[in-house]
Amino acid sequence: MDDILLLEAIERYLSGDMSAEERTYFETLRKNTPEIDQMVVEHNMFLHQMDMYSAHRNLKHGLHEAHQHLLDRGDINEGGAISTRGKVIQLWNKYKRVTAIAASVGGVIALFISGLVMYFAPSVNGNQLQQLSNDIAVIKKNQQVQGNLINEVKSKLPEGVRFVSGGSGFLIDPKGFIITNAHVLKGSGAIVVNNKGKEFNADIVHIDQEKDLAILKITDKEFIQRKSLPYGIRKTASDLGEEIYTLGYPRNEIVYGMGYLSARSGFDGDSLSYQLQMSANPGNSGAPVLNKNGEIIGVLSTRQSSAEGVVFAVKSRNIFRLVDAFRKTDTAEKIKLPSKSTLKGTQRKQQIAEVEECVFYVKAFAK
Amino acid sequence: MKADTNEQALLKGLANNDSKAIETIYRDNFNTIQAFILNNNGSYDDARDIFQEAMIALYEKAQSESFVLTCQIKTYVYSICRRLWLKRLQQLGRYSNQVDSLEETIPVEEDLENHEKRNAAFAIMDRAMNSLGEPCKSLLEGYYLKKMGMQELAREFGYTNADNAKNQKYKCLMRLKKLFFTQYNIGE
Repeated sequence: MDDILLLEAIERYLSGDMSAEERTYFETLRKNTPEIDQMVVEHNMFLHQMDMYSAHRNLKHGLHEAHQHLLDRGDINEGGAISTRGKVIQLWNKYKRVTAIAASVGGVIALFISGLVMYFAPSVNGNQLQQLSNDIAVIKKNQQVQGNLINEVKSKLPEGVRFVSGGSGFLIDPKGFIITNAHVLKGSGAIVVNNKGKEFNADIVHIDQEKDLAILKITDKEFIQRKSLPYGIRKTASDLGEEIYTLGYPRNEIVYGMGYLSARSGFDGDSLSYQLQMSANPGNSGAPVLNKNGEIIGVLSTRQSSAEGVVFAVKSRNIFRLVDAFRKTDTAEKIKLPSKSTLKGTQRKQQIAEVEECVFYVKAFAK
Repeated sequence: MKADTNEQALLKGLANNDSKAIETIYRDNFNTIQAFILNNNGSYDDARDIFQEAMIALYEKAQSESFVLTCQIKTYVYSICRRLWLKRLQQLGRYSNQVDSLEETIPVEEDLENHEKRNAAFAIMDRAMNSLGEPCKSLLEGYYLKKMGMQELAREFGYTNADNAKNQKYKCLMRLKKLFFTQYNIGE
């Protein structure tokens, strides 16, 4: 208990709480007892340390608060992009009144300018649209229409004609109706070649430049009609990411390629087509794009020249529209589109073997 | 001269732990330091740590009676931060090939040494405090840091009277002093 009293006395002495009388008494005590003197010195040092520690802690706390405060106000910035937000708020605080005046003046000017813009906008927009469509026309050229220029001429061709382009096509009716791209048929006529290299004469019976699709009919007597087609044509839209493959004639032999559906629309938002991720070369135009169930989901048409592996295919829905249009113009010929795929669940190799027989090399010629 | 008196006032405010002064110094200097740290292989957290450390060093300097700041606050803070950051980088084994020194700097090694000594003492105190356990820690904090009266403490901690609280405080203080001085003297 004495120790406690002594400590209390020391603390009071150090903090100057003692009365003059007490103080003199304590000081004589200090002088006479070295132990007490030592205790006072030690405790003084300790208390000093405590005070510093306390101040230090308070300061740390204060700094933390200042930091948070400034951060909230936007005077300083942490993390994220260093924006000018902080500056803006700082300026705002500084120049509130000036800003208010400037804002009202600015408001009037803004109204005036927006009026001007409104006035000029339609014509400007029209211009831009015009330009865009020009661009599209240009880009279409850039998109490397995948028609092959062909130099060699053989057999079934009428005398004195030359090949102008080539591509791929596939049967949509066992009777000999073939779908290909309109841009493949640059000339006045076409012949088709099957996977065994056999050529057949064909007529161009319908062309739709807008959809970039065309129908050919094999007129050759040597053509042996199939009973049915292995694949179906998909009426509804396909899903993003769907695995797809194609068979076409970028060279004289049929070539297989695979990829996936990468966008629901084609070049520049063209809703008639899909964007695919796969490799395709000139000559692939008009080739069928099939999904894993053996359904045709599109007709390969173009690729983007500025990007690697970006290919566009006309959606299969358009085949139905094309055939509908064809039916209206020609009532004699009846095309029956295959709706059901018999390839579902079969292995890819088997699918290819069956589809291969229905894919043709289309060679267009001009006189 | 006006700027100088202004800075003196700020430092005085800082020495008295005035939040307005702290904030002003903070606002005027933090962005430069942050940019410096970020440009030299540091993160946002590093910037905050280093800057606050420098603020504490400035505070310590402002508190000493013999204190005269021979340069601008900006220069002092930058010098401290630069020194601290170089040291930190070295410790971490990180390397910065372009610690830019376009800003004016002053030698601050001595100040930093003092600052570090103090920091060490505070760390010891912190450890001692934390190893006390409750209610000793809170009791001593209440009495010595928050400067609460014995009566008040007795009420807060639920002692029946101030004497019991005083008794308890005494025991706690003895433990703390023992903990602190053993560590502190080893450090010396």
